[in-house]
Order: sequence, then C-alpha cells, then structure tokens
Amino acid sequence: MIKLLKTDYEKIVAHAEKELPNEACGLIGGTINGDSKEIKKVYLLTNIDHSNEHFSLDPKEQLAAIKDMRQNGLVPLGNWHSHPESPSRPSDEDKRLAYDSKASYMILSLMDRQNPVLNSFKITGDTAEKEELVIE
Amino acid sequence: MTITVAGNKKEVADNLTVAQLIADENVETPQYVTVTINDDFVQSGTFEETVLKDGDVVEFLYFMGGGQ
Repeated sequence: MIKLLKTDYEKIVAHAEKELPNEACGLIGGTINGDSKEIKKVYLLTNIDHSNEHFSLDPKEQLAAIKDMRQNGLVPLGNWHSHPESPSRPSDEDKRLAYDSKASYMILSLMDRQNPVLNSFKITGDTAEKEELVIE
Repeated sequence: MTITVAGNKKEVADNLTVAQLIADENVETPQYVTVTINDDFVQSGTFEETVLKDGDVVEFLYFMGGGQ
C-alpha cells in the first residue's frame, strides 16, 4: 500500500496539466514501514524529452531531488509520470525502462481531462501489478 | 582512502575506478546508471578509466524514463 496526501496529488495533477500536451514526470520520496509506503514529498522534474509520448527525468534535477530526500530523512520510493492521451497503465516502454522491482511507478492519465486517474504499479520484467493507492 | 557513496562514507582501495566501484556496489542494471563525482557527471564510456580520489562524493543515478 502506498499513501499520498491529497495536496500532493493535486500538485501532480496541476503540474501535469501545465505541461500538456507533453508528458510530465517527477520523483516521490517518503518512508517505508513494512509493506506500507508513505509519500512525504513529491518532486516535479523536467521531462527533457519534451514529448507527448516519452519522458526522461532531467539527471541534474534528479540528483538534487535525491540529495533533498537524504537531507530530509526520506528515501526514494519511485517516480511518477503522466499519460496525456492514454490510460493509467504502464506501456511496453514503461515496463522496459522500469529497473527497480521494489519501486512504485505512478501513472496519471489525463485522457479524460475532467477526471484524471492516478494509479501506482510495481513492475517486474514485463509484468505490472497495481498496488493499493490511498489518497487522503 | 575514504569516499562517500550515496551518502555513506566507506573505505575503498586506492586508485579504484568508477567501473570497479559499480561492480563492488552490486549496482542493478548498470547500463542505466549515471555517475556523479562531486556533483560532476562522469561521461558514460569513461567509467573504466575514471579513477576515484580520497574524499570524493559519488552518487549513482538511475535513468528513469518511459512513454505512453
């Protein structure tokens, strides 16, 4: 299970809408307690692909985020990105580039602009499994 | 010599290369790793010849990307 504050959810949605038509992306940092993860900070990073079909995190911003997490006693929990025109599920490319089976991969679909859908996944090889996401 | 890797100080052999450190740290998917030394990005393809110095601060960054 992974918990996300509603204010952080809204931050992700607002950033993803601002970046349209391109994909938006970022990192999530927080704490892990057994099987439960709690997101304490959401990082909004630049998609250096500037594309509506691909994303790559800016490495310099990624480094700054990792350092910030460490300074704040947080651990990297995974990343998030948006799908402007497709559902909230990992694409083949998302699966291919998911290197960490313990990470949470969050995908925000803006396919229906009025009803954004955010899901979180664990990805192992070419298998993606949705994990329970609690937004409160 | 002492270096800092991902925020943790550790003793390593003198003249250790970045490639050796990656191997020693059992880095998963090394093909997707970017390395910084003292906040400078190490050019990929030069890990074998990049030698670490005492006091260096090393970070491993994993490429993160995808597409819809």
